[in-house]
Amino acid sequence: MDLALLSLVLCIVGALLALSLNGSVRVVVTGIVGIAACLGALAAALRVLIDGNSVSFHSTLLLPLSGIDLTLDPLGALFVAVTSIVGIASCLYYIGYARDESGSRLSLSMFMLFLLSLLLVPMASSVMTWMFAWEIMALSSMLLITTEHRHSQAARRAALWYGVMTQLGAGSILLGFLIMTLPAHAQTFTLLEQHAGGLTSLERSAAFIFSLIGFASKAGAVPLHVWLPKAHPEAPSPISALMSGSMVALGIYGIIRVGLTLLGGGSLWWWLVVTSLGVASALFGALHATTSTDIKRLLAYSTIDVMGLVLLGVGAAGAMAATHHHEVAHLAMVASLLLIVAHSGFKGCLFLAAGAIERSTGTRNLDQLGGLLSRMRVTAIVFVVATLSVMAVPLFSGFSSEWLLFEGLLGGFISHNSATSIAMLVSVTALALTGGLTAIAFVKAFGIAFLGQPRSSNAEHARDASPTMGVAMFFLCIPSIVLGLAPGSVIPLLNRASDVGLRLHVASPLRPGAGLDLLSSRGSIEPLLILAVGVIASLGLWGLLRLVARGGVRRAAAWSSGRDVLTPRMQYTATSFAEPLQRVFVDVLRPDNDLDVTHESESRYYEQHLAFLNRVDDTIENSIYQPVIKLVRRAGTAALRLQNGSIHRYLALGFIALLVVLVVLT
Amino acid sequence: MILAATSLVYSIGTSLLQLVLLTLGAPVLLGVMDKLRARAEGRRGASVLQPLRDIRKLMSKQRLRAHFSSAVLPVAPIVLLVATVVAIAIAPLASTQPLLAPSADIYVIVYLLLTGSIALALAGLDAGTAFGGMGSSRAMTISALAEPALLVAVLALSIQAGTSNVPTIISRTLANPTMLSSPTRLLALVAILIVVIAETGRIPVDNPSTHLELTMIHEAMILEYSGADLGLVSIASAMRLGLLFALVANLFVPWGIATDTSIGGLAMGVVWLAVKTSVIGVGVSFMEVHRAKLRLFRVPELLAGGFVLSILAVVTGLVTR
Repeated sequence: MDLALLSLVLCIVGALLALSLNGSVRVVVTGIVGIAACLGALAAALRVLIDGNSVSFHSTLLLPLSGIDLTLDPLGALFVAVTSIVGIASCLYYIGYARDESGSRLSLSMFMLFLLSLLLVPMASSVMTWMFAWEIMALSSMLLITTEHRHSQAARRAALWYGVMTQLGAGSILLGFLIMTLPAHAQTFTLLEQHAGGLTSLERSAAFIFSLIGFASKAGAVPLHVWLPKAHPEAPSPISALMSGSMVALGIYGIIRVGLTLLGGGSLWWWLVVTSLGVASALFGALHATTSTDIKRLLAYSTIDVMGLVLLGVGAAGAMAATHHHEVAHLAMVASLLLIVAHSGFKGCLFLAAGAIERSTGTRNLDQLGGLLSRMRVTAIVFVVATLSVMAVPLFSGFSSEWLLFEGLLGGFISHNSATSIAMLVSVTALALTGGLTAIAFVKAFGIAFLGQPRSSNAEHARDASPTMGVAMFFLCIPSIVLGLAPGSVIPLLNRASDVGLRLHVASPLRPGAGLDLLSSRGSIEPLLILAVGVIASLGLWGLLRLVARGGVRRAAAWSSGRDVLTPRMQYTATSFAEPLQRVFVDVLRPDNDLDVTHESESRYYEQHLAFLNRVDDTIENSIYQPVIKLVRRAGTAALRLQNGSIHRYLALGFIALLVVLVVLT
Repeated sequence: MILAATSLVYSIGTSLLQLVLLTLGAPVLLGVMDKLRARAEGRRGASVLQPLRDIRKLMSKQRLRAHFSSAVLPVAPIVLLVATVVAIAIAPLASTQPLLAPSADIYVIVYLLLTGSIALALAGLDAGTAFGGMGSSRAMTISALAEPALLVAVLALSIQAGTSNVPTIISRTLANPTMLSSPTRLLALVAILIVVIAETGRIPVDNPSTHLELTMIHEAMILEYSGADLGLVSIASAMRLGLLFALVANLFVPWGIATDTSIGGLAMGVVWLAVKTSVIGVGVSFMEVHRAKLRLFRVPELLAGGFVLSILAVVTGLVTR
């Protein structure tokens, strides 16, 4: 615990240093302190994960009335470890990235506080501590989203959306916790867990649903996701990496902690709700990722998609635990946790790479990029590794975790309960569909941004990321490769976390080893052996080619149908690449297409000017949130009539309100 | 110890045999399909060895690389070919015990094929031409819709056999052939056939012999390739076709595949593999003669049909278990 506490203190020291130092030293010192804090937290978390013993800390000094309760158990430690790994990369990246606003006192100190809260939430073991950490997380990240508020109206709007959604979510979580504290009259998690049996089943379900609303909103589950595709793109990239790799995962952590650990699993229907949230998020996120042209927006939607898959896994784990198939529950839980770890690596890396692109070209719009492969080599290499991982190409982390999830869902068919069978079928279908859609989205992201000719002069004069940024990005590639080639190496750690989450002590569902080998012998993969076969095949092919292929290589113009001009504007863009798919899913996406033709005055057969607009808005935002916003605004306008500026009227209103209160109370 | 060594040698031998068989056999299968099609249309057609000759000719030609293209263009065919080779090496084609049989998971094979598609799609975008982009965009759209249908259809088989490992699915089917007559298998068969037609780019999804801008998919994507690069793409495409046909054959008509480690069994396995794969090839080319290519935007409807059938396969499997 000492190490963990030290790292928390270091975050606070970092925040204070950020406020007091001047000039370029500020960024460097804060970054280094942040890295030290993350290393400490990582060491503490790994010790807990390897030993399996939890450590706790209680102090009455820090928070008035209730004091602060911290416990680092294997489940929390896993999330601390995830945060630390992304945190190390983000701090290092920030040193090379900070400039003007992003290097200001406010931004840097908020960055440190954000890091503190991300480490604190998984350690919190009482309601007060939890809500305290949760609120620091919400407020610091909201301020970080407004970093660029001077130049960008979008940043201000995003912060507003985020603030409203996150506060509603926090309120909902608090309500859930309050219901849980009813029988225990205590607020520490150990007591809540012991007294959870004292709740009636209605109270229990209400507590779960209220906290689920808050946590699902943080995890970006559809339809509570609207803040995510706005907030992730506007935050500075290292912050986006932390938000997507770690903060969003804490939503999942909350669901596991409250639903499975504190409330002890509950009824089957809870988990069917979680599964349906997961299915909706996975499909909606993947579909919108394919049509997004803003690279960070694309990544944000992809985060919704992956979190949807994680929710599928958690839902399956809960459903299997509720129907007493403990081994399958364990497998599904391990798969979800593996996917969380893998996701934090590749998505963190992608956000950092997107930040490097934005920094060097000044745009996030894929339609203005192109040809970056030869201009930004380091970024390109990192982007390729992370992209292959997110597309679930074999030998990378996305593949091993999605395969395990597939096996977990396949195992779920063991239950003869028709509701779970349907849930598993829908889940596997969603998993399969998102696989294909993710491939389109990321072939588009890499192909349009890095290949072909540059589509704007900014892209043409792009320069590679600074060395610190490069090192940070390479660091986050490591999980993609390690978890891809030897996923079995982390399984023992995930087992301990899953044991705590499910409150079970069942044997590992996998045989020990570098690969993944199910005990139930329903399947196995050995990525290292597949790699060996692949390497032998490549070497053989290379030798064969040297023997057979003659004729050499010559550079020539690309085929342009007989004309000798090929301008960058003739290339496919991100919009046109996704057009066929957009057409297929037109009913879901409801794109906004507008063609504006101005004819020549002499003849209608010649056009003077053509304007084409294609926009895909978030359907859920338009159909659910906008009407509510409109309603609120109308109510506000109506209430405006009460206010005419006359002091007499306000006094009268105050008097009437007082009377009403008195009448109601007596 | 000696037993383990023998079975390892047998496995390596099987994998190499499968590889050689598909490298040489798949182009010949394409030649046979073209020949049949030509005959059915009243032409004489080229020799069945023509695709092999084409590949040999391409290997000795100069490779042209477009001005703006990067390393992706030469690397993509190698990735495609290696992914296909690995899939062929570990898939149970002639015997249920090839190399790495425990890792021959259906998920692995499907995603290895997808890896190849991704590599080619990126290559299509590399030269920065409209044709390449058009081909990649269309090919990826079709793969993205075909792949889920394939996975769900195979899920139906996995639930039935209680494993996602392809060799085990096949050997359990052999042990219990009544599985084959279940509605699950039939529905899954139709779904998988639709996917295979789409993935191999045959009529009615794509026409391998067209070079018309508005209709081509695969050919548009590989338009920038020439010489040995094009040769690699062609042979890899042929091997993919052979692999998919052979997998369909073994999943739905598993008889003939070698299940023990005898040389004779393996030889019979090879013969049966050739026969079963050719029968599917003949069927497909027969259909190609009698069907017109679908409009591009009707293809998703076909694939959605396949997807629905695969879901029905799972549902019937769950109901009748």
